[in-house]
Amino acid sequence: MAKEYALRMGDGKRIFLSKEKILEEIEAGSADAADLGEIAGLSGNEMDKLAEILMMPGKAVSVEQGMEVPVTHDIGTLRLDGDQGNSGVGIPSSRLVGCMMHERAFGADTMELGHIDYSYKPVKPVVANETQAMEVCQQNMTIPLFYGAMPNMGLYYTPDGPFENPGDLMKAFKIQEAWDSMERAAEHLTRDTVWVMQKLMASGADGVNFDTMGAAGDADMYGTLHAVEALRKEFPNMYIEVGMAGECVLGMHGELKYDGTTLAGLWPHKQAPLVEKAGASVFGPVCNTNTSKTSAWNLARSVTFMKAAVEASNIPCHVDMGMGVGGIPMLETPPIDAVTRASKAMVELAGVDGI
Amino acid sequence: MGMPISHIMASGMTGIRAAGDLVARMEFSKKMRLKEAKEYVAKKLGVETGDLSDEYVMRELREELDIGVITSVPTAAKGIAAKMNIEKLLDIKINSCDLFRKQTGL
Repeated sequence: MAKEYALRMGDGKRIFLSKEKILEEIEAGSADAADLGEIAGLSGNEMDKLAEILMMPGKAVSVEQGMEVPVTHDIGTLRLDGDQGNSGVGIPSSRLVGCMMHERAFGADTMELGHIDYSYKPVKPVVANETQAMEVCQQNMTIPLFYGAMPNMGLYYTPDGPFENPGDLMKAFKIQEAWDSMERAAEHLTRDTVWVMQKLMASGADGVNFDTMGAAGDADMYGTLHAVEALRKEFPNMYIEVGMAGECVLGMHGELKYDGTTLAGLWPHKQAPLVEKAGASVFGPVCNTNTSKTSAWNLARSVTFMKAAVEASNIPCHVDMGMGVGGIPMLETPPIDAVTRASKAMVELAGVDGI
Repeated sequence: MGMPISHIMASGMTGIRAAGDLVARMEFSKKMRLKEAKEYVAKKLGVETGDLSDEYVMRELREELDIGVITSVPTAAKGIAAKMNIEKLLDIKINSCDLFRKQTGL
């Protein structure tokens, strides 16, 4: 009987596969990305290297010495003081303590401050509180400290926001009204995020992290890119990180363009030049994890997409590698064997500038 | 918590344990790709790029340059004071230091 190696499914469950089966899965995963994105698949050597990483005997693996990359953080301190909804572990602690723990206990390369609701819109009524927290944290922190939140354009639609829900309008065949609603929501998203970040920059923030751009589709990306553009114009030295919500931009609107490019349907390597054009410092591309597929399939697919994005970008790419993206299982407690293998593969094969 | 710490252990530059914060600052402030950012920081520190993730090299060097160390050393620069020294070392401007100068008239 052929030797079998312990891998994971996309939902985190342990499975055992032979080397031949692992290589089959890698080839299929890479081919899927190459087909969807119209990009190059992994070479034979790259597939062999990926299989080698997946079959390493240790529980945790790591990059070769000298290949380390900066690791940036999202979700602020919510992973410490938040609840299960944000994968938080519920440790009562101030945000200052949370930031300092990331810097001095966990060895984080950058950190961010974030609001408990982690979207820009709900920050508006409490922005003075956020600016106070930022000032206090900046006094005590040495590593770069961003302000981070999600553009989350869905909050601008009824019943949470002022504009009629485009999904409801489309169901009633009111297509033009749905488009109008999305465009107006995007304008408000731009306005709000710029306003919030003007306050945070005045309080000493190093910059901004737009976490999960495009979650509400192409209009969400449209509004966010315009916010990036406005912020870059006003703050030439601002650190701006833009991370995607998903691998492909959903065409909820379908007609919106940025710099002459239709946003709907863009894959990571096509998103990167637009994020750069808008003025971001660092791009965070995403590849979603399929829970019904193996970690070999998911990681090969993800590395293929990320490699193309890294090659298409002139700015650093910090690949998104949280739960359910970047070849990481879709699980609140992703197994360390799977996380470290994905981490190593992304650095050594996709050539990312950070995580 | 396991996931971010796993990434740091597998691939990270471990922040102020070594020189991860400095490399990150160059990526973000000047849009430098990883290789360029590491070479820039290594040159400013007078070390090899491989030393940037070496706690043995960076622990003493960080204390000597007074740019913030991982352990709590009495009288060593921390927080905003460390960043004022990082600005000079890397030849960059840091927003919180600008604010501090504005507030204090330095």
